[in-house]
Amino acid sequence: MIKIDDYKPIVGEEIVEELFLIGKQLRGKVVQNINSTSVGGGVAEILSRMVPLLQQLEIDARWDVIKAGEKFFTITKKVHNALHGVELEISQQELDYFLEVNNNNANSMALYGDIIFVHDPQPVALAEKKNEIGRKWIWRCHIDFSNPQEKIWHFLKSYIEKYDAAVFSAPAFARELSIPQILISPSIDPLSDKNKELSEQEIKSVFERFKIDMSRPIITQISRFDYLKDPVGVIEAYKLAKKYVDCQLVLAGGSATDDPEGEKVLNEVKEKASGDPDIFILLLPPGSDFEINALQRGSTVILQKSLREGFGLTVTEALWKEKPVIASAVGGIPLQITHKYSGILTTTIEGTAYWIKQLIQATEYALKLGKNGHEHVKNNFLITRHLMDYMLTFISLFHEKDVVHLD
Amino acid sequence: MALNFYISVDLILLTNRKAKNLVELLDVIKSAPGSVIFYHTHRFLQQHHYLSPEPPNDFAYWTTNVLLERVIGEKLASVNIISYHTLTELKDKFVSILEEYLRDVKEIRDAPEGMEFHFMQSKSFILKTDYVAHNLREFYDIIKKLSIHSLYYHVFQSRLRLEKSDNDFSIWLREELCEEKLADSISRLDPYTQTLEGLRSKICSLVEVRLNDKD
Repeated sequence: MIKIDDYKPIVGEEIVEELFLIGKQLRGKVVQNINSTSVGGGVAEILSRMVPLLQQLEIDARWDVIKAGEKFFTITKKVHNALHGVELEISQQELDYFLEVNNNNANSMALYGDIIFVHDPQPVALAEKKNEIGRKWIWRCHIDFSNPQEKIWHFLKSYIEKYDAAVFSAPAFARELSIPQILISPSIDPLSDKNKELSEQEIKSVFERFKIDMSRPIITQISRFDYLKDPVGVIEAYKLAKKYVDCQLVLAGGSATDDPEGEKVLNEVKEKASGDPDIFILLLPPGSDFEINALQRGSTVILQKSLREGFGLTVTEALWKEKPVIASAVGGIPLQITHKYSGILTTTIEGTAYWIKQLIQATEYALKLGKNGHEHVKNNFLITRHLMDYMLTFISLFHEKDVVHLD
Repeated sequence: MALNFYISVDLILLTNRKAKNLVELLDVIKSAPGSVIFYHTHRFLQQHHYLSPEPPNDFAYWTTNVLLERVIGEKLASVNIISYHTLTELKDKFVSILEEYLRDVKEIRDAPEGMEFHFMQSKSFILKTDYVAHNLREFYDIIKKLSIHSLYYHVFQSRLRLEKSDNDFSIWLREELCEEKLADSISRLDPYTQTLEGLRSKICSLVEVRLNDKD
């Protein structure tokens, strides 16, 4: 198990000491996390890392999961898509069933926390219980909320407003709400397989396996094959840049079996790339964290030319590896990249091609961007900062003023 | 009296207010509380404290890089934050720059969709550390190892957010140790034009010189 002290060599001893100092403020309080699944999915992954670390900071953090069946999750999948702006119909019967499952859980599960920390929309209506039992309630939204379908938003809003605070991952996700809204960016774990240090040999072995020439510049975009990640635009930008600089392109991402459009996008990408032996399209199986880590570390420039994005954790990962990153200014990416300081923000294919050329040729500048990007992630987007934000969120529930003096 | 060292850590709150052009930016700034102004003039300091020259305040950065309005962007970037003693004064300065510019401007440019300016505010939590200085030597030893969150609190936050007349170090050196000259030298350092590590090493050098003089 990862120990909180393992982060000291990475973030500095004083940061870990500060975490303990803040943690002291929460002694005697029980923090009860509630979500809809204990395995699989991003939230379960975050909680499986965060809860043990909070416990090591001597906070009584616990984690419970609601009970629900397939019918409920089919409905919540629709809710999830509707929150992403997809036009689909969710019937009143489906919403009633959603509430029934929430209500059953609210009545059957032990709600013992002094702070009840509910994650994502699935268990949102547990807060109906707040009037009866009191306590402090926080709702944490982990998903892109920038363009939700109005009807489903109004349905959820009536439950979200029962909480004491809501937490979002990017400024664009803020909504008209009567409760305080807190910004907590997601984070990466520098000790995970996807982000830990790799030896030169380990990196080389991955590139050799995929037959990519490490002696020539390599541009890489890591993302699933999805229109919103604009892989075709990436190929166009690469082709424009390649007229003037020698380079190879790697498009690597997970398979898209649950996405009916995925195969179509992949076919378009393959067609666009056909005939160019310097384009590598890598369909990686789940669990390819080591390969992704190596591909990012061995690349010259990393792209994230998304048309829409959540927070954009692949950008965080690339910045952490001291890579110069060219990305679109969408979702959470502008929080991570300050243009020309810690990376490059572009809006067009031509602009992306221009900066590919610049960064391949201006190696010193590319190096500086990479170093700044790494520092930025170190200070703002590692799991240690995430722990600090969670603790401050809990503490904030007990203090109303803008400036809080703690004992 | 001894100097107790504190740290300050911030939680970021979303205001759900945004601006797509300079008229809207001015409108929101006018009604914004001090915590919003503090956040947008100090975010880069907290998040990019390793960079020098550091990027300007958020208003200037957005105006220059998103609206591509270089002239007004430069004016907003040139606001000398160190010369303001309250957040209200600082806010008034941004308001006057924007009002003056908007009086003559013919065309208002909108930000591309999705690149609006989102207003945020900081909620600051201040905690006492175990460090206490009773004299100049102890002060020097602590400054050398102090966390940057503590340096940030005593130099930036205490002066502007808590509206003290000067940074905490200069006040203590002047009032408790009668080190007038050293206090003035530290006051004159512009913390907005250097990294926090650079600032720490400058304070250390000034104190070192004074300690050598005393020896």
